[in-house]
Amino acid sequence: MDKSENIIEVSGVTAGYGNNVVLKDIDFTVKHGEIFVIMGGSGCGKSTLLKQMIGLYRPFAGSVTIFGQDIVEATLSERRVMMQKFGVTYQDGALFGSMTLAENVALPLEEYTDKSVAEIAQIVRDKLQQVELGEFGDYMPSEISGGMRKRAGLARAMALSPSLLFFDEPSAGLDPITSADLDSLILVLQREMKTTLVIVSHELDSIYTIADRVIILNAATKGIVASGKPRELRDNCQDSWVRDLLTRKNMKLENKI
Amino acid sequence: MSKQERIVENIGDAAWQAMLDTVDLFCFVGELTITIFTALRQPRKVRWRETFYYMDQCGCKALPITIIICLLMGLILGFQGAVQLRKVGTDIFLADFVGVSILKELGPLMVAMVATGRAGASFAAEIGTMKVSEEVDALETMGCSPHRFLVIPKLLAMLVAMPLLTIFGNIAGIIGGFIVGVSMLKLPPVAYYNRTVAAISPEIFASGLIKSAVFAVIITVVGCMRGFQAENDAQSVGRATTSAVVTAIFWIVIADWVLTMMFTMMGY
Repeated sequence: MDKSENIIEVSGVTAGYGNNVVLKDIDFTVKHGEIFVIMGGSGCGKSTLLKQMIGLYRPFAGSVTIFGQDIVEATLSERRVMMQKFGVTYQDGALFGSMTLAENVALPLEEYTDKSVAEIAQIVRDKLQQVELGEFGDYMPSEISGGMRKRAGLARAMALSPSLLFFDEPSAGLDPITSADLDSLILVLQREMKTTLVIVSHELDSIYTIADRVIILNAATKGIVASGKPRELRDNCQDSWVRDLLTRKNMKLENKI
Repeated sequence: MSKQERIVENIGDAAWQAMLDTVDLFCFVGELTITIFTALRQPRKVRWRETFYYMDQCGCKALPITIIICLLMGLILGFQGAVQLRKVGTDIFLADFVGVSILKELGPLMVAMVATGRAGASFAAEIGTMKVSEEVDALETMGCSPHRFLVIPKLLAMLVAMPLLTIFGNIAGIIGGFIVGVSMLKLPPVAYYNRTVAAISPEIFASGLIKSAVFAVIITVVGCMRGFQAENDAQSVGRATTSAVVTAIFWIVIADWVLTMMFTMMGY
């Protein structure tokens, strides 16, 4: 696949809940092999945008095209085909509590492939090994830590070796060391598998470490206020709110001090 | 706005919400029907392990409480019947009264009430919690139908467990009536047994089992639907659970009435 090819095209997306508009006229593209980060303050609609992109919610207006196909207008069977090409990891892993880690990772393989039980077991072992959970296949999700659950969720998302991965706040709730470990794991996997990554995050350390490009959402304008490389935006962006966000500055707090 | 106008508006609003809720229920049943046909074409895709798990949870583990409740119901029914029948000297018909009432009506209904409290509430809470922890979202983004994954195993399990529980409940209820008949009315045990066997027919037995299967569908569908309707917070899961029990009881009573009328018209 060509590096300049757009994997995702979000065009004119307006979205929200009920009568409440959270995002207005959102346009951007994600290129093949890119690590693309969606960031912004709390409540600005980052996770909402992610849910529109993975087809969980239908936008009020606009379109989301993944691999050249509109996910909003796709039929159920078309969507099932599209969903084999991307994986999603959720904030807390979203592992199925009644299944072991190995069974969780095996689920997409059982759903979409005709592989034998032995082949599936081998792939599951490999995927768990990749996220450094090789010894924990028989554990239940309730028996492992939050960081391990996220990694197991990542192994499940990678089960079908998708060319696109979505992450919803991968570092949220993790201590700085575990968070840094997860970032380096994401980078290693991206380099090994040449996967395109779309990450929703507001963890600055993670963003500077892994992001190729970032878009910044603002709850007040309900739109994108800046896009580009994170360090360039921090140093050169005209918008002081964006610079403050990227330098973790809180003017209200500084004035009080 | 006057008080009377507010009352009318509230009644109208409640009626509108009830109608929307009924539409939702029928839509859910429609989607589920499509999933059932898909599952019938591909039985390999049914989550059989979960199905056996729910059979154990909703069947085996519910057996002791079902037997106790139905036995007590038989005792109460027998006692009330004995008091009335003794007045007119027709003590022996207690066996008919208890046997037919339990098999036709009270057995399936009491089992349904127990199952609503246990299984219906737990289905709603389980799916509601899975929504909060984004497990339902994860299923959808993996292209797995949440209906096939979460509802079909519960439905199959309930369709097996409920009629079986009803059989055990019926036996316990009849034993309850037998205890009263033999101890309070001093009826000979053999006479009571013979009278019971003569009073109940395979049609009466089957009508009770058909009712229990219909109740199983109602409890599962309502419980699961309420779970899917839960929002992403703990309070909403609590509301979904309460609503699952109340709505299921309402629809069970409606279905019982319709089935009773239907079986009566058919001569059973």
